[in-house]
Amino acid sequence: MFDMLIDILSWACLLLGGLVGIIGGLGLVRLPDFFSRLHAAGVAETLCPLLVVLGLVLQSGISLLTLKLVLILLFLLFTAPTATHAVARAALVDGVEPEVTEDDSESTSGEPSSNT
Amino acid sequence: MRYIIALTLILATLWLAVSGVYKPLILLLGAGSVALVVWIALRMEVVGEEHNPILYSWRLPLYWAWLVWQIVRANLNVARLILSPRGIRPRVITVPTPHRSTVARVTYANSATLTPGTVSLLLTKKELTVHALDTRSAEELEEGALARRIAWLEGSDTEQP
Repeated sequence: MFDMLIDILSWACLLLGGLVGIIGGLGLVRLPDFFSRLHAAGVAETLCPLLVVLGLVLQSGISLLTLKLVLILLFLLFTAPTATHAVARAALVDGVEPEVTEDDSESTSGEPSSNT
Repeated sequence: MRYIIALTLILATLWLAVSGVYKPLILLLGAGSVALVVWIALRMEVVGEEHNPILYSWRLPLYWAWLVWQIVRANLNVARLILSPRGIRPRVITVPTPHRSTVARVTYANSATLTPGTVSLLLTKKELTVHALDTRSAEELEEGALARRIAWLEGSDTEQP
């Protein structure tokens, strides 16, 4: 009974993690400019691995494997922002201007495919 | 010198924890790998402040737990924005970084990037420039909860979170 509960919880985490990954991917296509897309990538590289690793930890129980899984998560969370920052800096240096909305009543210009 | 010792200890612990096989030959290979990595790190001149053992205080796990909670919250916000992109208000904001050490400032910038909705663009000694996806993300960073936690983590602020 308890085992089944853990199993259900684990699968919920794994599926939810997958869903979050898909949302992140959707954001990569859907958001209007380069810098806002970085945020979508951020979703796919933070909450998605968090949930997937949590689901896998629930599967593995307390063992050496758990430690390895947590270490994978730790390294991901340490390297992901560094990589994101490097990409953002590279874009800035290359002259990509962030699209900025100053007026709150107006929507961002050039928003593609808002109804699809 | 103490940085080198700290790095060696961290690497050795990591290796022992991940290996799981404790035979003489394997242990010897592990010791060799640790020595090699420390040597390469010394050659690259990257052994320094960030290997200070003081940084790994009891405050760090607490900070991480809080940060994970913030990441989850920010993720829900950004996921909502992705599903309805009309709500996005991209902005570039600048917040002060009142922290003493470089490590604290880098932790601040990285934590901001790690929370979806804010990506750090430029970090200087005094300021951090951030690209924010919407007003709420920008205001949360400007409000300074993260900066206060970093100050607490650094130990320059005695105020409890």
